[in-house]
Amino acid sequence: MYGWIFRHLPGPLWLRVLTSVLLAAGAVFLMVEFLFPWMSQFTQFTDSTIGAPRNP
Amino acid sequence: MVLQEKVAATAKPVTGVVILRKAVQIFGELLITAGIVLLLFVAWQLWWTNVESDAKQTAAVKDFARDLGGPVAPAPTPAATGGTAASGPKDYGAPVVGEAPGHGGTIGIMFIPRFGENYTRPIVEGTSADVLDTLGLGHYGNTSMPGAVGNFAVAGHRQTHGAVLDNIHTLVPGDKIYVQTRDGYYVYVFRNNRIVLPSEAEVLLPVPNQPGVRPTESLLTMTSCNPRFGSEERIIAYSVLDRWQPASAGPPAEIAAQVARARGEG
Repeated sequence: MYGWIFRHLPGPLWLRVLTSVLLAAGAVFLMVEFLFPWMSQFTQFTDSTIGAPRNP
Repeated sequence: MVLQEKVAATAKPVTGVVILRKAVQIFGELLITAGIVLLLFVAWQLWWTNVESDAKQTAAVKDFARDLGGPVAPAPTPAATGGTAASGPKDYGAPVVGEAPGHGGTIGIMFIPRFGENYTRPIVEGTSADVLDTLGLGHYGNTSMPGAVGNFAVAGHRQTHGAVLDNIHTLVPGDKIYVQTRDGYYVYVFRNNRIVLPSEAEVLLPVPNQPGVRPTESLLTMTSCNPRFGSEERIIAYSVLDRWQPASAGPPAEIAAQVARARGEG
């Protein structure tokens, strides 16, 4: 899968390496910004209130 | 690639086998990806949220402290050091109780020397995720304001998002907890903590666990999760108001340096 993507990137080797690093960084950014905050509602670390459940 | 070349080199590969190999390879790569994503998530949750929240909370404290103005130098309090309640600092009478701001508004700053000399955290109105996850200590909207007779209750994360109450279990009876608001400084003395089930909302009552009883003391109640990396229980820390002084009198001598530093002048 990743090999297939790498082979289909345009340009010389250095450009393809650079593009893949940027793609990976973009994926991490999207995860930190959207995926992880959503996932954190399923962990338990953040329940510090008492009584009524947390309002979103 | 090597595989494919080999396959191509040999005579007529069986299509089914090629497809199966591809499928297994892609499945494996997806599993590795999932593992990396989960590791990143753990790093984000346990480390990065703290970095982010610390920065935001420091900025919030600074903004609020700058906005307050007022003297930073403590008023001269003869025989204040090591004094008992009788010979202690000047008595300013009944504490002034401020109005609660709207949701997300800053009520004040909390100083807890036991948690570290530089421990300053904003107290913000509301206990929903948007407040607790970024801004620090959240004030339960249905409880009193600082200084009022009754129960001033706040919640804070034990872990992640700044971990504002990580060391709540290290408080020792007699520890001072300082709350600075627009009106002045409220000095609470830690009394005891309890570990309760998450459903026990009675700890937030004006007289905790005694519904319908009229309060005579001014309490500060802090709630956080327990154990440290779980949420099966809640840890509750009770403190009692010891004294207060108006903003014009300056901060209590014990936290004068922290107040100045919070404002960026230290």
